[in-house]
This record gives sequence, structure tokens and C-alpha cells, in this order.
Amino acid sequence: MDQLLLNQGFPLLSTLIFLPLAGALVMLLIRDQQFARYWTLAVTTTVALISLALPFGFDRDTAAFQFAEYHSWIDSLNIAYVLGVDGISVLLILLTTLIMPFCVLASWTYIKERVAAFMVCLLIMETAMIGVFVALDFVLFYILWEAMLIPMYLLIGIWGGPRKIYASIKFFLYTLTGSILLLVAIIWLYTANGYSFFIPDMMWKAYPFTAQILIFLAFFLAFAIKVPMFPFHTWLPAAHVEAPTAGSVILASILLKMGTYGFLRFALPITPDATTTLMPYVLWLSIAGIIYGGLTALAQQDMKKLIAYSSVGHMGFVTLGIFVLNIEGIEGAILQMINHGITTGALFLCVGMIYERTHSRELRSATGIGQHMPVFVTLLGFFSLSSLAFPGTNSFVGEFMILAGTFRHDVPLALAAIPGAILAAAYMLRMLQKIIWGGTDNPDQSWLTDLNRREIVTLAPFLFFVFWIGLGPQPFLAMMHSSVVNLLDQFHAYQQAIAAVGVY
Amino acid sequence: MDIQTISSPMLLVALLIPLIGSLGVMFRGDDENVREGISSVASILLLGVVCSLIPPVLKGKILFLQMFTILPGLTITLRADGMSMIFALVASSLWTIAVYYSMGYMRGLNEHAQTRFNACFALAIFGAIGVAFSDNLLTMYLFYEIVSICTYPLVAHHQDEEGYKGARKYIVYLTATAKAFLLPAMILIYVLTGTLDFAANISTGIFPDGSNTVLVTMLYIFCLFGFAKNGVMPFHHWLPGAMVAPTPVSALLHAVAVVKVGVFCTTRVMLYIFGVDLMDTLNLGIPTAYFVGFTVIMASILALSKDNLKARLAYSTVSQLSYIIMGVALLTPTAIEGGLIHIVNHAFSKITLFFCAGAIYVATHKKNISEMEGLGKTMPFTFGAFAVASLSMIGAPPVGGFITKWNLLVGSVEAHQIGILLILIASTMLNAAYFAPVTYRAFFNKPPAGEVVTGIREAPLSMLIPILIACFISVLIGIFPQFMMTFVKVVTG
Repeated sequence: MDQLLLNQGFPLLSTLIFLPLAGALVMLLIRDQQFARYWTLAVTTTVALISLALPFGFDRDTAAFQFAEYHSWIDSLNIAYVLGVDGISVLLILLTTLIMPFCVLASWTYIKERVAAFMVCLLIMETAMIGVFVALDFVLFYILWEAMLIPMYLLIGIWGGPRKIYASIKFFLYTLTGSILLLVAIIWLYTANGYSFFIPDMMWKAYPFTAQILIFLAFFLAFAIKVPMFPFHTWLPAAHVEAPTAGSVILASILLKMGTYGFLRFALPITPDATTTLMPYVLWLSIAGIIYGGLTALAQQDMKKLIAYSSVGHMGFVTLGIFVLNIEGIEGAILQMINHGITTGALFLCVGMIYERTHSRELRSATGIGQHMPVFVTLLGFFSLSSLAFPGTNSFVGEFMILAGTFRHDVPLALAAIPGAILAAAYMLRMLQKIIWGGTDNPDQSWLTDLNRREIVTLAPFLFFVFWIGLGPQPFLAMMHSSVVNLLDQFHAYQQAIAAVGVY
Repeated sequence: MDIQTISSPMLLVALLIPLIGSLGVMFRGDDENVREGISSVASILLLGVVCSLIPPVLKGKILFLQMFTILPGLTITLRADGMSMIFALVASSLWTIAVYYSMGYMRGLNEHAQTRFNACFALAIFGAIGVAFSDNLLTMYLFYEIVSICTYPLVAHHQDEEGYKGARKYIVYLTATAKAFLLPAMILIYVLTGTLDFAANISTGIFPDGSNTVLVTMLYIFCLFGFAKNGVMPFHHWLPGAMVAPTPVSALLHAVAVVKVGVFCTTRVMLYIFGVDLMDTLNLGIPTAYFVGFTVIMASILALSKDNLKARLAYSTVSQLSYIIMGVALLTPTAIEGGLIHIVNHAFSKITLFFCAGAIYVATHKKNISEMEGLGKTMPFTFGAFAVASLSMIGAPPVGGFITKWNLLVGSVEAHQIGILLILIASTMLNAAYFAPVTYRAFFNKPPAGEVVTGIREAPLSMLIPILIACFISVLIGIFPQFMMTFVKVVTG
């Protein structure tokens, strides 16, 4: 238990988890639409404000799990309620809590039917997402991991677009398939660890090589589907296209990060030998995803699909950074998870704003609106530049670090990722050109109204973080540094120990 | 030489003036007099601030201003030294002239979207000043990309099929080369050296001894192609394509700001990242000189074949830009001085030529050289200025271009490169071959039958005066080259 720094006072993490759930229960009693909107906004904002205690109280010099809580739960199976935060998860929790109020704002007029039920789904979603990032007991983790599926399924299946049933079922089946093998791996680890589900104790153990490979593959399937890595990505465009704006934002900004978080939290520390062995394959699969995502995004006529495929490419950079296994790569990858959450979330919000006006996601029905919506296209322009890693924006820092880490690992591998950077510029600038300028045969867009105050308020914080991380990323990197250093130190210590013993 | 560094907030002031000017133009665009008033006040302020930096730089000091730290060794930092001042002075002084010229041109042709035009114009200057005052490769890359993005609306200004096509080519070439070559080069240099800061002088560079020579050579080639704004073949196609833009844009951006950003970045990286010593050791200089020599000759030949005046000027630009790189690549002090001074000489002469092309278009709506027979009699001042500026391009005294050519010729002899000498001589003849006929036709041929010559009918004064000023300065820097040469001497020590 020495990995935990128990929190003696206020149970901060439990509050973050259960406050949204409590908010959802209240709404079961009062089902007024307008109340539901204000109430959910209030709850998510409160959670966001409370979560701000995390960066202030977070000790940047330790790699241990902080704000930890430990309560026994099901003693007969040794299942406990264990929570904790370290440098890998702290920013992801903040991303989750801070983005939720904006999801509510983005649904303010977008969702017109069954508003209360929609908001309940959002709140349950928040509980599950925060839980996944803080759970340190594998059963607790797994329950929350699976629990995320249901509200997301409903969000797409009820409030989605024309092909919502197809998309929601595809989403459900894909992620469920991945999770089943994860459960098998969890149970194997449970038996191998003296019947304990405590995650930190499972790390850096010399499990037999074959077992490690199998566990890694089980992890890999679950997480790669979630990321999604090429070729497990096909559920993503469908889900994005049909989901309502808030659903797309949650999906892109937070759910996709679960996969990469899983790699860092579980795959690397629990199966280090398998990681070393299978690393080249994962790296080249990442490159394939980067190129494939870019090429496919370039061909899209549907704005949401375009951004969805761009996510495949961007998340390819994240997995690339994780598996080069050096400090710049992993720190860059964690930062890029946050960046992708901010930028892609904002882009989906932007597309949602067009959709609310034109009721179309087609690029050609949104051409040439620059003249009539100058504020909107200015904001869209900044987010698009961020997405293509323009210097001075957040994604540039992440991409720079990931590529620097990759160059340190292997020059040809890094050069292979460069076409992805070119493609990102190509598809984002293409989209931007069409939306702002269009061509000589633009449809009449003069009836469009520019953003209202609520919409500007929704997007402004995203812009703030785009430039904050882009120009001064040090505070963010400082929060993850100790944990990443510790992860790599442990990894190398493990490798040396194995080499000294000569197990294999 | 002992180099002093001082921190100076004036660098930030210089950078912010065009940015604020651009915002002012955007928000006060409804009144055209206020809008253009803002532009011209901003341009004069900028010139003043840049001039205020001259004394310390001439004393051999380097001015710094660190703004943001992104990673250790990776900062956004501004710097003014001899080389920055060459470019900053050119860009800021030409902006003051161009503001008036474009006022006359845009109003004369009743162009649409003049607010956007003026705002983007100022943003492009913002980018150019940023490039001039960059202290490291990252800062330079940032402003280089800002210039690319902000000039897109200028190239696409007419919003017709041709405009969009040219603008697409423009942005694709510039961003793709930057991402494909510059981005990996920048990251690899950071990985190898732990910094992207420019060296303090031109000889040492930033690579530690014993760096992998194959890798360094590869990085050098990446840098040469990454700054595609320098117009080096084979990535020069964007330049003629971008000539669809209104003439003031072609003048300021494609003869001065954009292309000069390209060559400035290229030469800055050659001298301050790689350094003369390393380029000498790895034998990178002379092959580069021959490589760009091909562009010099080839672009001149292409220019010969163009009847459209702006297209001919565009290819002339491609050719002249490579003079600058060639001079620096020869690596002897005289040649480097010749290359860098050409940033100035070419800027004033080429802007004169483009201004003339625009004046001819506004006055007569003629674009092709073959239609300009006898026009010299109706537009004597315009064609007179054109003739003088042509002399500079050819490299004849007493215009600025002569100083360049003299230095380059001496430099090629110093470097014992007879081949380069021959390239220079051949290109001079080609320059004469494609510029002289324009003036000749205008003054000595008769206007085509049926066209009535009705006395002097020049372009409006707001265009003519900038032309004459630019032309006058071209001559001035030919007769008194010492002033700009002092900055170049600061660079070469």
C-alpha cells in the first residue's frame, strides 16, 4: 500500500465521482426541461470547480497515488474501493470535469426532446469517466469501464442522427468485444497476485513471458478499440457522425483517452516484457493509423467524419509517443491526449453550431460562410490551426515532443510519421478553405446568423487553453513529470533485473 | 569581436505595431479613410521603431527579448542583430510606400473587400517583421507559417476560379514543404543539439563537434527545401501561380515580404544554424551555389518566354532570389555580403517594377508586354522608372543591383569557382534579354494602328509617387551603398 498517499480529510475523489450521480438522481424527481438544463449546468460546474482543488493540492514531486481513498468493499473476493491520482491521470480528470459544463451548454438548444433524460445520461457518463481515471482496484475499474457504455449507447441511440441505431449498436458491440478479453486478463492477474485486485501491486512482476504476451494482447484489443487504433477504428466515424454534439465531444475528448490511458496505466507496468517485444508492431501500427486517418480525412465530404478520421490520425501520434518509451515521447503523448481533447472537442462544438443552423453536416452546404459568420470562422480557424499543429498552439507542443521522442528512438520511424503531419495540414486547410471561402458557386448563406453569446462563451475557454498550452506548457508538463520518470525508471529497472536473472 | 547582448522591449513594440494596425483595420473597416489612415500610421510608426534599433546594432550589440519558454532550449525569443536589421528595414520602409500605392490601386480599380485586403497586408508585415526578429528556428518557423496563412486571402483576393486555383497552389506548396522538410529538420536539430537558438556569429553554427555528418547534411538539404518561399527550383511553382493576386500584393509580398522571408530564413539558417565553418568542412556551400545556379539560369530562360508582364517579373524574381542564396553559399565574406545586400537591392528595384506593372494596368488595363508598344510616350514616368529598375535587375551601374553583381563576381573569383562566374555572366545577359525589350518597345516602337495616343495619361499620383520614391531609393543605394553595407559588415564581422 506504500504507493498510496491516503487523503485524510475531505474525500475529494469520491465527491467528484458521486456528485454527478447524485445530481442525476435529483433529476429523476423533477423532470422539467428548463430545470434540467440549469440543474445539470450547475452540477457539472460545481464538479469542475471542486476538481480545481486537484492541481492546487497535487504534489508534483512524487509518483505515488495522491488524494487516495481506501475502503474495503467485497471482502470475500478481496475487492476494495480504492481511488488515487497520479501524474498520468490528473490532467485527464481535469479535462473531463472542465469539459462537461460545455457539453451541457452545447446541448442547450440542440436537444429539444427528452431533455431531462439526456442530462441524466450526461451526468452518469461523468461519474463513470472520472471513476475510470481514478479507480485503482481492477474490479472497480472494470465496472466503471463497462458502465460508460450504457449512457453513451443511449446518447447516440436516442438523440442521434438518421442512422443512430446502426451506429450505437456498432459502438456497443465493438467496445464490448474488447472488454471481454480484458475481463479474462483481469481474472488471470487476480489469481497470479494472491487473489488481489489492487492494481499497483500487479505492476513490475515477472510474470511468465507467454502469459505477459497473452495479457498484453487482451489489453491491446480492449484499448486499441477504444483509442481507436487502425484497424480497429471503424466504429468511430459512425458513432461520431450520428451522435449529438455533446456525445461527439465526450467521445472525442474523453472516451478515446481511455484507451491510451489504459496503455500507460496497465500495459506498460503489468506486461513490460511483452511491451518490449511487441513495441515495433504497435509503433508501425500507429504510423499506419496516422497515415490512414489523414488520407481518409482528406477525402471526406462530411465535416464530422472528417474530424473523426483526423482523430484516428491524432491518436496514432499518441500511441506512437507512448510506445517509443522515452520521457519526451510519453510526456508528449499525455500532453497530446489533453490537446486532442481540447482541440477536437472544440471542433465538434463548431460543427454542431453549423449543424444547428443548416441542419447539415455536409461540407458543401457549409461553404463560403466566412463572410456572414466572421466570429465563428475566426474561432474555427484557430481550432483548425491547432489541429494541424500550428506553432504556438497546444498540439504543436505535443506533436513536437512526440516526434522528438520518436527521433531519439528511431529516425526512419519518425520520418515515416511526417506525412501524417502534412496530411493534417492538408485536410484541415481544405476544410477551412471550403467553410470560409468556398468557391465561385457558393449557396446563398446570407441568412446565417453569427454566434450568440452562449456559443462564444462555450468556445472561448477552449481557445484559452489552446494558447496557454501552446505558449507555456510547463505547468502541465510539471504535473506529469514525476510519474513519467518513475514509470520509465521502473521499466528500465525491471528490464535490468530480468536481464540479470536471465529468466528467458 | 566582443558581442554584448541587451534585453529590449522595443522588439515587441515593433512586432505589435503591424498586428494592432491589422486589428484596427478590421474593426474600423467601414470608413475607408480611417482604415487606410490606420495602415499608414502603423507603417510609419513601425519604420520609426525599427530605425530606433539601428544605433545599438551598429555598435555590434545584439538585442534580445525572450517571450515564452516552451521546453528547455525551446523558446519564443526575439532578437535584433545586423542581419535582422537588413530585412526589417527593407520590410518596414517598403510598407510605408506600399500603403499609398495600394490605396491608389485598389480605389482606382474599385476592388472589393478592401478591408480584408488591408488587414491581411498588415498581418503579412507582422509575420515578416517576426521572421526578421527571430532568435531561433522555432520563432522563425512560427512567423514563417503566419506569413503563409495570412497571405492566402491576398492571393485569393479576386475569388474567381483563377484566384482560388493560384491560392490553392500557393498554400499547398508552402505548407507542405514546411511540414515535410522544416518540421522534421527542426525537431532533429533540437534532438541533436538541445537547442534551436541561432549562434552569435556566422562561423560557429550550433552543432557540436563530431555530429553525424550524414545527418547534418540531410538536415541542411531539408532546410534548403523547407523554406519554399525562397523560390528555389523545383519548389518554385507557387510563385508564378500567385501572380493572380492584385498587383500591390504581388509587389510587396511576392517581390519583397514573402519571398524575402524565404531567402532570409534560408540564409539565416545557413549562417547561424550550420555556420560557415561546418558548411566548409562538409563541403555544402559550393554544391548549393551550383544547385541554385541552375534556378538562376532556368528561371531567366522561362522569363524570356512570358508575354504577361507580371509573369515575366515573377520568373525574374525566382532567378534573382537564388542570387542571394548563391552569394551566401559561396561562403567568402565578399560573396556573403553580395548575397545579403541583394535582399535590399532586389527589394527596392523589384517593387518598382511591380508598381509600374500595376500602374500600367490601372491606366490602360494592359497586362501583356506585346500590347505595350509605344506606351512610353503616354506614361513616361512609369516607363522611365521601369527602365531604371530594370538596370538594377541586370546589374548595371549606378543602380543597386550593380553592387550585388560586383560582389558576387568578386566572390566567385575569390572562391575559385569559374563555373559560378560563367553562370553570373550568362544570367546577366539573359536578364538584359528579357528586360530591355520592355523598355525598348514602350519608347521606340509605334503604338499599334488604330490606337489613338492622347498625350500624357499617367496612373494616379498616389501610385506614381510611390513608384518614383522606390525608384529613387534603388538609385540611391546604388550610388551610396555604404549605409546598408554597414549592417552587412556587422554580419560578416
